[in-house]
Amino acid sequence: MSSTSLVYIALFVVVVIGAILVGAEGRNFFSTGNLRDVFTGMSVLGLVGIGQTLVILSRSLDLSVPYVMSLSSLIAAQTMSSGGASIAVGVVLALLFSAAVGLVNGLVVTKLRVHGFIATLGVGLIIKGYLDTTYKGSAGSVPKEFQFIGSAAIGAVPVSTIGMLALAAAVYFLLTKTRTGHHIYAVGGSAEVSRLSGLRTSSPVIISHVLCSLSAGLAGILLASRLGVGSPTVGTQGGYDLLSIAAVVVGGTLLSGGHGSIWGTIGGVAIFAVLDSVMSAIQFNPFLKDVVRGLVIVVAVAIYSRRSSETKRVRFPEKGK
Amino acid sequence: MMREIRNSAGKSVARSVAVIVDPRQAVFLVLILLLATIFFLNPGFAEPSQFIRFVQRVAPIAILTMGQFFVLVSGEFDLSVGALIAVQVVVAGNLIGQDESKSIPVLILMFFIGLVVGLVNGLVSSLLRVPSFVVTLGMMLVLLGGVYFVTGGSASGNPADGFRSIGRGGIEGFPIFGLMPWAVIVLIVCTLLASYVSTRPFGKTLIAIGDNPETQFYSGARVWWTKTQAFMISSTSATVAGILLVGYAGVHPSVGRGYEFIAITAAVLGGVVLGGGRGWVLGALAGAFTLEALFTVLNFADVPSTWRDSVQGIIIIAAVAYSAVSRNGIRRKGTNSASPEIGEGASASGRSAQNTSPSHD
Repeated sequence: MSSTSLVYIALFVVVVIGAILVGAEGRNFFSTGNLRDVFTGMSVLGLVGIGQTLVILSRSLDLSVPYVMSLSSLIAAQTMSSGGASIAVGVVLALLFSAAVGLVNGLVVTKLRVHGFIATLGVGLIIKGYLDTTYKGSAGSVPKEFQFIGSAAIGAVPVSTIGMLALAAAVYFLLTKTRTGHHIYAVGGSAEVSRLSGLRTSSPVIISHVLCSLSAGLAGILLASRLGVGSPTVGTQGGYDLLSIAAVVVGGTLLSGGHGSIWGTIGGVAIFAVLDSVMSAIQFNPFLKDVVRGLVIVVAVAIYSRRSSETKRVRFPEKGK
Repeated sequence: MMREIRNSAGKSVARSVAVIVDPRQAVFLVLILLLATIFFLNPGFAEPSQFIRFVQRVAPIAILTMGQFFVLVSGEFDLSVGALIAVQVVVAGNLIGQDESKSIPVLILMFFIGLVVGLVNGLVSSLLRVPSFVVTLGMMLVLLGGVYFVTGGSASGNPADGFRSIGRGGIEGFPIFGLMPWAVIVLIVCTLLASYVSTRPFGKTLIAIGDNPETQFYSGARVWWTKTQAFMISSTSATVAGILLVGYAGVHPSVGRGYEFIAITAAVLGGVVLGGGRGWVLGALAGAFTLEALFTVLNFADVPSTWRDSVQGIIIIAAVAYSAVSRNGIRRKGTNSASPEIGEGASASGRSAQNTSPSHD
């Protein structure tokens, strides 16, 4: 059994317990409204988590995501405030700046040989200084038609969540079917062995950092569309740096790199979203939510590490897999 | 007697000079430059009474950084220290109250809490094999959630002045300095303890574990217990920092927020390599002072406070990049003159550097 299926078993257990708890309050967990809440909760963290998975797989870390999210929400909201064609310009500009931050992260990690923790913390602080100096509060405004993207839903599933899952599918394709994806796993597993095997060890790390910042940028744009404005604190308030790392490890990806899957992360994100929604529904003390989250993270990873110490990754899977 | 002291002083001066010139200990040079800049911008700062105030302000962070050093050097992280400071501050604020006689029992309780937190961090990460980043992140969420739950997120309680004076008071009429803050004395004691411990077999084993836990396991070291002790040192240092912070920061659950990142940053500035196996506790101490001196310079230079984070970001990246690149240079030279080692070329890990370049101790 792979750790991804373990994640989904855990998700199933959490949903069952949650549904019972919510049911005891006389409410229906599976009502359209509640499911939509859960899925909405998944979209932003899912986007950040997808990027964080790539970075962690390549044995790095990204602590700059909350600042990239805030920056991107501001750039998007300010550019598209005039409406019309400026919407597309705003999205493109926000993504360009995000990608540039990712490129800097990747270059600092690979060329200057700074540990990912320090590199992305430093870059995050640089952006934070800029944001705090330039903006006193929320800025820009998002036109109605773009706000629609953040709130639209097909049945119980918001469009933004569908977009997030589509991105996850694309990253799944990248990781399993392309050369770059295999290189990300290889470099994350062992940079030294990869180098001796003739890989350029920097480019997979740089690519994963750029993709991570891009997905954080997308998350920022999505938040701008939901809030209607850009905000310099939208990323930090959500604590998305540590929360996204937590979602990735709860999803079964090893922090030491080279082992994990994107669907595991989506499962981890779903676990957090369900927990959040259930705890709100049963009016659990909001401060104690953090306690539960903390325990879930540690227990989940303790269970995975118990198994993964005995099983090894299949080196030569059968054909057709 | 006098001569002996002078002699050893001379030796330590020689050693200090050697350390400053060493590119791997660039932090000492940076610290001296920063202090010189402060003296230049504000000559009053050089007065002993002013300077000791600066040391007093740095003391909590410096102690925390030295505690974090032991965890970092063994290849682990401790993200729970900031939350633990909040817990300790709130415990002191609510349990001591205005009754000074409770100070000692509550102090004992606080150290006990600290040791338990460190023990849990250490045992879960070493025995259950959960990465310490995850364990201590979980611990941070649990502690913070708990402390906000108890206090409701607002300031509460106010410990007796006698207890607060540990952080803000001092010995009056002290020669040269006028007022010798307790915090500085605590810092000196902690520094002596930390540097003693790091030269003991425990400290050496810890660094060796950070370099390669497997060889240490096969050499008979109790890796799990050594690492657990490191976590207990770190959470004890957070406890001491919390006691000092009660003195001037007051009782609020947000005290200590972000301190885990500041401590890790300071240690890394001081030459500690994330991933373990390299570092010097006095370097970590200097890192903490460098970071605070940097903030002071920015303050005196009228840099808007909002830009401080950016400058801090640039400095930590530059410092780590500088030491990484210069370490690489040293290693390259070493490999060329000695036997050419296959596979020692472009690896970014500090571990391979350890093999060929001489360690500072």
